[in-house]
Amino acid sequence: MKRRPNYLAGLGSLVWLFLIGLPLYVMLAATLQDRSDYSSNGPLAFPKHVTLHNYTQDFSNGFGHFFLNTLLVTLAVVAIVLLLVPPLAYAIVRSRGRITTGIFRLFLLGLAIPAQAVIVPMFYVISKAGLYDNLIGIILPTAAFSLPVCALILSGVMREITPDLYEAMAMDGASPWRVFFQLVVPLSKSGLSTIVVFSALQAWNGFLFPLVLTQSDSSKVITLGLFNFQTEHGIDIPGLLAAVVLSMLPIFIVYLFARRALVQGLMGVGGK
Amino acid sequence: MTTSAEPRVARRRSIRRSGAAVARPGFAWAAPATLFFLLFAVLPLVLVAVLSFTDWDGLGSPQYAGLDNWKALIHDHVMIQSLWLSVLITVLGVVVQTPLSILLGVWAAGKQRNRAILSAIYFVPLLLSATAVSILWRALLDPNFGVPSQAKWLFGDGNLFGHQTSAIGVLVFVGAWQYTPFHTLIYQGAARAVPQVLYQAAEIDGAGTIRQFFHITLPQLRNTMITSMILMVVGGLTTFDTVLILTQGGPGTDTTISAYYMYQKAFKSFDFGGGSAIALVLVLIATVISLVVVKVSGYDKMRSSSEGL
Repeated sequence: MKRRPNYLAGLGSLVWLFLIGLPLYVMLAATLQDRSDYSSNGPLAFPKHVTLHNYTQDFSNGFGHFFLNTLLVTLAVVAIVLLLVPPLAYAIVRSRGRITTGIFRLFLLGLAIPAQAVIVPMFYVISKAGLYDNLIGIILPTAAFSLPVCALILSGVMREITPDLYEAMAMDGASPWRVFFQLVVPLSKSGLSTIVVFSALQAWNGFLFPLVLTQSDSSKVITLGLFNFQTEHGIDIPGLLAAVVLSMLPIFIVYLFARRALVQGLMGVGGK
Repeated sequence: MTTSAEPRVARRRSIRRSGAAVARPGFAWAAPATLFFLLFAVLPLVLVAVLSFTDWDGLGSPQYAGLDNWKALIHDHVMIQSLWLSVLITVLGVVVQTPLSILLGVWAAGKQRNRAILSAIYFVPLLLSATAVSILWRALLDPNFGVPSQAKWLFGDGNLFGHQTSAIGVLVFVGAWQYTPFHTLIYQGAARAVPQVLYQAAEIDGAGTIRQFFHITLPQLRNTMITSMILMVVGGLTTFDTVLILTQGGPGTDTTISAYYMYQKAFKSFDFGGGSAIALVLVLIATVISLVVVKVSGYDKMRSSSEGL
């Protein structure tokens, strides 16, 4: 199966690579030099005196603490998603009831609910529940808003399990519980890793819920730390960009290991 | 399907006869997730409608205010302007990102040798938060220390955030920078699924690469284009972080789009009723679009072809 290469798109992809790569280079270069060097050399210059001062300074500004908060939120969101989505997807794929069809439609419509649209009542609900300025108050809505996409991804994967396998289990007289744990879960591993990566990404990068639902430094997450740093020390561009690099570092490490799962999962969003 | 219908029917009967029906999960399996989702996504959606008819400063209890917020909204020229700006930024985003991501996606679906290495760098914006992306570009485009100060021949006075046209241009550009990789990925997946037979047939008929692209690839990507564009529209209408960090709605109210205006009204002016009314307008628009996508793309009929028994 030989196709001629698409030169036009090939050229475009190189231009695009440059557009992606250049800002990332400028960012890394900026973080490795002193503020005064950066402003006298200009953003495009190669750093002359390399220093990690910007990074250590960010840590003394509380970024380590914001890091831990974000990690906690992310782990909790992933745990909730892993607990709730597999049985949901199993029911969507295997249950024949009308209720389940309705539930699937609800989640499909839920895909399009923008978080901004519910942020005012969310503030109301979370305040009334006494969870304002508490990490739990970020975790719950963030997890809820990850459910639709994760349900879509995982049910897509579970649909690929062939009926023969269910029949074989039926011969043994297996209960739905056994079918779920011995057949469905083991065969959906790729989908499970996709939803883990996906919900972790959502939680790690979440901004609006933390912005509106927390206040004090003790419950600040890393995106909010970035935002505040920008408003307070906006002129310290190398320090600010070092904070940006720090915020993406853990995600980037996960990406190096889970690239395939993430990319495959996101590719499926387009639908067939 | 590889198995033909008849043996499957026969086997099904034999299972029925032997009494070993496959155990199926009831809706109870979906109940925990559904309850959780109802509580934290659907209930707030209902509450936003209720709150839009109240007067609430965020501290006491909301007071019923009838249609006051809605009346104020109709006469609020910033609100009307913000809707136009939202639509403008959304349309520009779709116009810029769609051709780019189709071309890149189709290219990436091919069998280039260095693709794995290229795409590793290529998809980095997917990993970054909108916050990080906005801060990165705010720093890079800083009038005093950023790239424009180095290339005045290209950027004029260098203050891209000081004029409406260039500020909107920055918002569209940064949006494209962050989201084109995502849409490229969608198109890449779809382009791989195009049957190779079609290209082979075209090759025999002597159709060149460009004709193949327009007569085979594009028509085959139709459904994906619909899905992708609707995601772009919903995403564009709800752009928020980018505006908050890059322009703060300025200069003046020149880039105050609806989502940002809603945030300002509720959380800066403590007019939560008015904010809710704007939020409800956003919900209505997003719901209409999502209903369209569910209908047009046939997502709701997405039952497996291998679903049986």
